[in-house]
Amino acid sequence: MGKTGDKTRSKVQGKVVMTASEIDLVLARIAAEILERLGPGEDFAVVGIRRCGVHLAQRLCRKVEATRRRAVPLGILDITLYRDDLTAAGGNRPTLRETRIDFDVNDRSLILVDDVLFTGRTIRAALDGLVDLGRPKRVQLAVLVDRGHRELPIQADYVGKVVQTEASDDVDVRLAEEGQAEGVFIKGASKNLADKASPQVEKRSLLRQTSIFDQGAT
Amino acid sequence: MASLSHKDLLGIEQLSVEDIQLILDTAEALREVAARPVKKVPTLRGKTVVNLFFEPSTRTRSSFELAEKRLSADILNFSASTSSVTKGETLLDTAHNLEAMSPDIIVIRHQSAGAPHLLGRECRASIVNAGDGMHEHPTQALLDGLTVRTIKGRLDGLKVAIIGDVAHSRVVRSDTILFSRMGADVWVCGPPTLLPWEFEKLGARTTPHMEEAMDGADVIMMLRVQHERQNEAFFPSAREYASLYGLTRERMRSAKKGAIVMHPGPINRGVEIESEVADADYSVILNQVSNGVAARMAVLYLLSGNSGLEP
Repeated sequence: MGKTGDKTRSKVQGKVVMTASEIDLVLARIAAEILERLGPGEDFAVVGIRRCGVHLAQRLCRKVEATRRRAVPLGILDITLYRDDLTAAGGNRPTLRETRIDFDVNDRSLILVDDVLFTGRTIRAALDGLVDLGRPKRVQLAVLVDRGHRELPIQADYVGKVVQTEASDDVDVRLAEEGQAEGVFIKGASKNLADKASPQVEKRSLLRQTSIFDQGAT
Repeated sequence: MASLSHKDLLGIEQLSVEDIQLILDTAEALREVAARPVKKVPTLRGKTVVNLFFEPSTRTRSSFELAEKRLSADILNFSASTSSVTKGETLLDTAHNLEAMSPDIIVIRHQSAGAPHLLGRECRASIVNAGDGMHEHPTQALLDGLTVRTIKGRLDGLKVAIIGDVAHSRVVRSDTILFSRMGADVWVCGPPTLLPWEFEKLGARTTPHMEEAMDGADVIMMLRVQHERQNEAFFPSAREYASLYGLTRERMRSAKKGAIVMHPGPINRGVEIESEVADADYSVILNQVSNGVAARMAVLYLLSGNSGLEP
């Protein structure tokens, strides 16, 4: 993968939405926002949604701990058991992995972390999963990318980047922890991806480094 | 995405190494549910599971029932003593009647080997074998595999000694197939009158000498002496059996360091296993019970997508 040139690679991987260094900057900003909004005395924990959310949660944890000099508990949530498409007859069962939340969630603020916010159904499932573990004081949502097309009334509290997409597009978050060349990529579903995607990329570049809060502030 | 390629779980015989690994991985992930304050997930909401028990069973049935409840399935219990089986209905008629109520999964225990297979051919629902005659008891083998894998970290390369009333045990058939398929070295041991030599065909080695079976074994699995299945005398007395094939502290002294003791239960204290051995640190009998719920949850979860497939 890494041997091919940038131009050929972009055809396979899609258009670059975020580079590795942008991901790092965005996570640093989210970490700062979390500390700012929750206040210094707040006892909170970070919960990553499998799979990519877990790596992002780990990185957020490290960044928050570096500023705060206090350990922040990290939990891992697998939402498979709470999916809303399991009742469909036939078909494969999604692979189950362990939920590992070793701390008490009762009366604690939780930061739920996922890579891409799309339909909102994953977050709905995650919220159901969390309340089965106890009664958190509050739950806030942090995502790396908000790509729109919500099917449920769910919004993130911390957004890395808002990306405009077609519902059929494929947003691919690749992380070093998964053994991949890091970056966020967007692939169109239609054959003539290049023609369709290029004008969108122009628009996106204007939105770079903005979040919902930035938009709200202006 | 991963899935069992079968509509039913009829025996370990039908499962591939990948199938077994998938079930054990899934069970491992599900174990966490038992540690929660709310021990219930909505995964099988709206699915109907029928528990059809033609033989008396307390632990297997309650383990299945708990697994079903923790996955939020709706449950219908039939037991031989209360159903129309005692009124002369055939198994097929019972199956068709149940099928008319459109269940998604039927868990069946029957005194005749092959009863679940018959249901599997006739029903659209997924069939789970909870023990058929002296044939198979696949969920017991899966929970045994899960217990050993959790403690030892692997199954391949282990020596597993299964000792006792081999002839009347369906557990030993399923266990032998599972452990040998997963690369373990399986030894089956018991009094010659209770030790069918055909076990060699399943990949096990057989011996009537307990010391030989136990020598270097990582897992020592004791089988229950099934008094209720024995119409004739296979051994002179329970006392003689205990002295030749009972797991005593004395025998455990020569066991490999770190060896674990298992038993599918219910145990006959003082017959196949000495009381102190059953309660010792190396005994994982109660781990088996809790793993049983997780293993059965995994099977129900993985099969729940497959009901309604062509039988």
